[in-house]
Amino acid sequence: MAAATNNPPLLEVRNLRVEFPTRRGTLLAVDDVSFDIAPGEVLGVVGESGAGKSLTGNAIIGLLEPPGRIAGGEIRLEGRRIDNLPYEEMRKIRGARIGAIFQDPLTSLNPLYSVGRQLVETIQTHLSLPASAARRRAVDLLKEVGIPGAELRIDHYPHQFSGGMRQRVVIALALCAGPRLIVADEPTTALDVSIQAQIIALLKRLCREHKTAVMLVTHDMGVIAETADRVAVMYAGRVAEIGPVRDVVKHAQHPYTKGLMGSIPSLGERHDRLTQIDGAMPRLTEIPKGCAFNPRCTVHGRRCMVERPELMSAGASRAACWRHDAGGVGQPITKETVDA
Amino acid sequence: MPDGGQNLFVQIEGLKRYFDVSPPWLVRALEGKPRQIVQAVDGIDIEIAKGETFSLVGESGCGKSTVARLVVGLYPPTDGRIEFDGNDMASRRGRAETAALKRRMQMIFQDPYASLNPRWRVFDIIAEPIRAFSLAKDRADLERQVGDLLRQVRLTPADGRKYPHEFSGGQRQRISIARALASQPEFLVCDEPTSALDVSVQAQILNLMVDLQRRLQLTYLFISHNLAVVYHISTRVGVMYLGRLVEVAPTDTLFRRPKHPYTRMLLDTIPDLDMTGRQRSPVAGEVPSPINPPSGCTFHPRCPYATDRCKVERPKALPIEGGTVACHAIEEGRLGIEDRSY
Repeated sequence: MAAATNNPPLLEVRNLRVEFPTRRGTLLAVDDVSFDIAPGEVLGVVGESGAGKSLTGNAIIGLLEPPGRIAGGEIRLEGRRIDNLPYEEMRKIRGARIGAIFQDPLTSLNPLYSVGRQLVETIQTHLSLPASAARRRAVDLLKEVGIPGAELRIDHYPHQFSGGMRQRVVIALALCAGPRLIVADEPTTALDVSIQAQIIALLKRLCREHKTAVMLVTHDMGVIAETADRVAVMYAGRVAEIGPVRDVVKHAQHPYTKGLMGSIPSLGERHDRLTQIDGAMPRLTEIPKGCAFNPRCTVHGRRCMVERPELMSAGASRAACWRHDAGGVGQPITKETVDA
Repeated sequence: MPDGGQNLFVQIEGLKRYFDVSPPWLVRALEGKPRQIVQAVDGIDIEIAKGETFSLVGESGCGKSTVARLVVGLYPPTDGRIEFDGNDMASRRGRAETAALKRRMQMIFQDPYASLNPRWRVFDIIAEPIRAFSLAKDRADLERQVGDLLRQVRLTPADGRKYPHEFSGGQRQRISIARALASQPEFLVCDEPTSALDVSVQAQILNLMVDLQRRLQLTYLFISHNLAVVYHISTRVGVMYLGRLVEVAPTDTLFRRPKHPYTRMLLDTIPDLDMTGRQRSPVAGEVPSPINPPSGCTFHPRCPYATDRCKVERPKALPIEGGTVACHAIEEGRLGIEDRSY
């Protein structure tokens, strides 16, 4: 379902920066991130812990936890800027226009209220429906997300549902007001593998039927490969590569994406060893100059040490790597050039 | 049985472990409720050969971690026996003899944030097994051994002075591995050792484990829910469902010619990363509660091939193609076996 290119994007994120002021200086956790999501498109955002993928999602739904704050850039939903809206304004958009699904279904539901009450409350907050109609809609939503015996289950409390069923309820909550965009942050990570497959299939079907766009934040490349139309790979707060999912998975352009793909055990031919990227992602306080990946990169040159690459065209994708620039990576690193 | 029992190293027979999860006596008496027993492990047989990696896979609550804990002796079994290199673990023996046996098996835990004491320096964490089993002659020997262990897991001896919080998740798991290797064991029980780690770090740890196995001739019992990881690392695989082993087979056979319907279902849940367009049949249902497991074959409520026999009679593990499978449909020939490719 690649989105038509002539449509205006549903969501535009331009040069987004998220920072955390700390006693020891300001940490830049999301650094100059830009991407679009077209109506009905599923954009996967993948990266390892600390890459800034969840923060990007939280910035979009306006739920950054203080002291984290948006320090620059713009977020536009259907052409309207939403990153600088007052809290009450944003509250109306969140839920009505943007739905959210979080990792842990137990903490995103209130344990003291029945599932039906939470659904009805959300529906009535965003749509002006009488109580009986709202309840009917809640039952319909529960049926739609595949909860057996919805009429009965609507009066149950979250603890009476299993993990998979709870996540279905959370998806129903996110769909309440018919949002155009759903930000799903690790929606399947807390679930067992067989339940995970069910939830992915459900999300895919619902988004196709409702033409809802999804920003799918996850660390699981398998989930992305199955679900997303396009994927953005994040590393140390920046987008390292973005492109159609097939191209990124099969023909990765950025050395980090290549390493990441190689390090996932697959069911194809069995190899003795997995490709491994040595080292670890730098802490926010220790992000190196130039390309943030340069200390772990096997093909870096002198230019990578000093100059930061922007996203540039690379095959069918765009990658932030000097190898795709006409100038290349510069001289190879030798002892002399480092000392110079 | 692996290679005709020549190198049989660990043998588990009819292993059971039940947990009593009943409410307190008074509550039971007032509400007239019976005791509630979780049958976490309900009669499993495993044979592990020296030098191989035997993996247990299954979804949460299937009892795979309980098996790991039973094997190293963290829980006593309710029934059944565990034999380690010809020694019955349950038989009474002197303190020195027990210690000599325990030294030879160690465990690596899932969460490297919870399994290292935050108040201890890394040096002391790794030195503890050496001290406990009196394996060092003097302080200098102890320091040399800890330094070697740290180097073996690609850390430096200087890291020994630090505390666990100064390390990342992957480095902490390296420390756990160094600690497990400190007593020079032959058998390592690894309970989801990479589940808490990012994929690139997971690759580092898996590679390290393969290298160490080769260098030190280790035998692994590897517990994981991640089928791709299991495929990568194992010699043989056992699939668990609700406390029972439903299928055991050499890795390639299990993934290329799966037999038990549950194994097939699990394989269908692996995301298609190679984007071959492989068709996945959606998996229906959820794992039932182990408190009141279904009768007969515990998988029958979710099984598309279940018959009346499956509902009443527990299937026995029957040998087939170098492994075993516990399924009436396979036994009766109702369910064909097909080759799979990925």
